[in-house]
Amino acid sequence: MELTSTWFLLLGAALFAIGVAGVLVRRNALVMFMSLELMLNAVNLTFVAVSKDLGLIEGQVAALFVMVVAAAEVTIGLAIIVAVFRTRASANVDELAELKG
Amino acid sequence: MAEVIVFLIFAAIALVGAFGLVTAANTVYSALGLMATMFSLAVLYLVADAPFVAVVQIIIYAGAVMTLFLFVIMMIGVDKPDAYGARTPSQIPRTIGAAAGFFSVVALAGRTVWITGSAGFGRPDLYGSAEAIADEVFGTWTIVFLSTVMLLTIAALGTVALAYYRLEPVAEEVS
Repeated sequence: MELTSTWFLLLGAALFAIGVAGVLVRRNALVMFMSLELMLNAVNLTFVAVSKDLGLIEGQVAALFVMVVAAAEVTIGLAIIVAVFRTRASANVDELAELKG
Repeated sequence: MAEVIVFLIFAAIALVGAFGLVTAANTVYSALGLMATMFSLAVLYLVADAPFVAVVQIIIYAGAVMTLFLFVIMMIGVDKPDAYGARTPSQIPRTIGAAAGFFSVVALAGRTVWITGSAGFGRPDLYGSAEAIADEVFGTWTIVFLSTVMLLTIAALGTVALAYYRLEPVAEEVS
């Protein structure tokens, strides 16, 4: 049995779908954030798999850049969550409804 | 064939970890599930001829990002505390068994892909190495790389700014 990029793409799609479900279903800001990270990782997996398939290195470079952006996003996002928690004492996104019209 | 076995094992671990991330009631268990997914994805990167990306995955995600997550979880508190004292008698042997299984599969992955080099794909001695990626990043994508440097600097400054966020309303109330 040969390991083709289809397997990787299927796994990436499944992980991305689980991440979407996590963002949509969970109301804890931290869990939603971790689901976002999961989606980024799923996309990275597809980048690397297709890069291998085409024999190009660009996909791996793109995965590295996605990782850099994800690291910056984690820093800012967790700072925002902590700032919200300090003023609101809650990490539940449903309780943040001050801007609701 | 060995690649397929390694892929199936770690794809299963990644899926279980992702599922646990979404379903776990305790945030710490969510973080542990995500950590399992990150590690298995690193092994899958090895299978996909990307050793450098795999190492960066472990250092950045499993190392820095997950430590940051666990730190914030511990700082703002776990919402629903579970019964931490509930230890089953078989816990230690099961943990040792899982660790041994993990190690053996990682060793298998290293034998088949990382150390021996991949067969049948492009340039086996060059593809996916740190040299090849550095060549690409510092040759073709220099501007993008410098932009990420700027992005990280801005992110660090933004985090510092957010850390002082609370001071402003207090100052307004005084005046």
